[in-house]
Amino acid sequence: MTSAALPVTSTDGPVVAFDNVYMAFGEGDVLSGVSFSVPMRETLVLLGETGTGKTLTLKLAAGLLKPARGTISVLGEQVSSMSERELLQLRNRIGFVFQEGALFDSMTVGENVAYRLREERIKEEEIEPRVREALQFVELEHTAEQLPSELSGGMRRRVSIARALINRPDLVLYDSPTAGLDPVTSQTIIALILRLRDVYGVTALLATQRLQDGFALANFHFDKEAKRVARNARSKGGQNSDKIAPTRFLVYRDGRIYFEGQPEELSTSKDPYLQRFVV
Amino acid sequence: MAGTPLQIGTEATPEPRLSVVEVLTDSAKRWVASVQDYSLLSFRSVKNLATSPRYFQDTVDQMDDIGVGSLPIVLLSGFFIGAVMVLQTGSQFIRFGQAALTGDVVAIALVRELGPTLTGILVAGRCASGIASELGSMLVTEQVDAMRAMGTDPSRKLVTPRVLATVLMLPLLTALNDFVGLLGGCVASVFSLRLGAVEFWTRAIKALDFADLMQGFTKPMVYGFILATVGCYKGLTVRGGTQGVGRATTQAVVVASVLIIAADLFLTKLALYLGDKLF
Repeated sequence: MTSAALPVTSTDGPVVAFDNVYMAFGEGDVLSGVSFSVPMRETLVLLGETGTGKTLTLKLAAGLLKPARGTISVLGEQVSSMSERELLQLRNRIGFVFQEGALFDSMTVGENVAYRLREERIKEEEIEPRVREALQFVELEHTAEQLPSELSGGMRRRVSIARALINRPDLVLYDSPTAGLDPVTSQTIIALILRLRDVYGVTALLATQRLQDGFALANFHFDKEAKRVARNARSKGGQNSDKIAPTRFLVYRDGRIYFEGQPEELSTSKDPYLQRFVV
Repeated sequence: MAGTPLQIGTEATPEPRLSVVEVLTDSAKRWVASVQDYSLLSFRSVKNLATSPRYFQDTVDQMDDIGVGSLPIVLLSGFFIGAVMVLQTGSQFIRFGQAALTGDVVAIALVRELGPTLTGILVAGRCASGIASELGSMLVTEQVDAMRAMGTDPSRKLVTPRVLATVLMLPLLTALNDFVGLLGGCVASVFSLRLGAVEFWTRAIKALDFADLMQGFTKPMVYGFILATVGCYKGLTVRGGTQGVGRATTQAVVVASVLIIAADLFLTKLALYLGDKLF
């Protein structure tokens, strides 16, 4: 999986754009008038408490749910008005990392990672090295023959990342990738996300309850030459270098966007609700 | 809980009071909606056969699981039912000195009615529950969403192979059930009624005509379709986590069994009518 082989989306506009999106289950809106856009190579961190609509936003972006109102555009396509058959094609360009991994428990780790390639009827001799490479990326090549039930929670998330990147997606959606994990494993997962972003230039939406995940993405990068995670060098204005993929925050509250801005704005905000995340 | 220490806030929201008519209307609407969803899923499971992608290997795997896996219970039950049929009918025929007619009666009852219906209900107990719990577990662990997120249509990958496998395997299981049932009947008639084995088999085979076989092998195809689609529908509409999976599993067996018995009435009437007209 060389970076040269990665397709770069041909979309000129934003990779993801929500325009006044509403979503309701039963009575009351779960999402109310959500609008935002994500330009290419940016990582948008969706921060919020449980039940504020973060996962819903990711599922809407992948076309797994339809909005009650509003339009959603992903990779230049209007997902909110596409049929399921058309969406299946589009989803081949999107990677989705589910909260608990959502690995197929009757398949081995290798079969899970190879799933997409087999669905695309790619030749077996091509599948094997790509699976090995994806598993090497998440440092789990030794688990190819194991079942997901034999892995720890952190390992399952890493396999899920390997499965999401196997067909070199233009956009990756992470649903609380560090939820319920110990700090060390969480760091490993965030390092992988940084690596995926900085090595392959992937645009991402990351839903999380943990502010430190977002700050790690904003303040660190993967140094391709040194092959390790390093702190970003700051310019005089306190901004990250242009070479570093930008990270922006979106804070949800009761299905609405409460805050949208740069990590610095969030960390220095005096708003009592935002302070709850910072503290 | 107004006026108690458990009251939160200044005013407790009163529970909306529903009239009996509203409750009945709501449940009628829900029932109609589920019949509609079930019909759509069943229609799609057949329609998927006309277009690619088709999952041949998954169908073969399901045929192995549903067909070969159900053999022991079908054969054992068939043998004992055949034997019991002989004991019950033989004891009556002996009173009229017509014990030789036992072979005729047992053959007709087994091939036309008991074989298909008993096999249908036995396989429903084993497979409709298995399908519902498997798909239900996949749904609650987001594996079905993961499948959709990776560009796979779950109705093609999960439903159609199961429906096709069951429709193909149930007539074969019924044929084996009929044969083993006659074998059990033969053993019982030899040891209990003191009839000759050759006489029993000769009369049993001569009693059957083409219309009986048509009826006996058309019914299991319909039963197979019912039990597989009910299992898939119940599995894919699970609500409420693991408890919901348990509930769906039970409902799948109950609904499939009742539908099989109800369908039997109409199929028998239709088969008798067509038998008179065509044969």
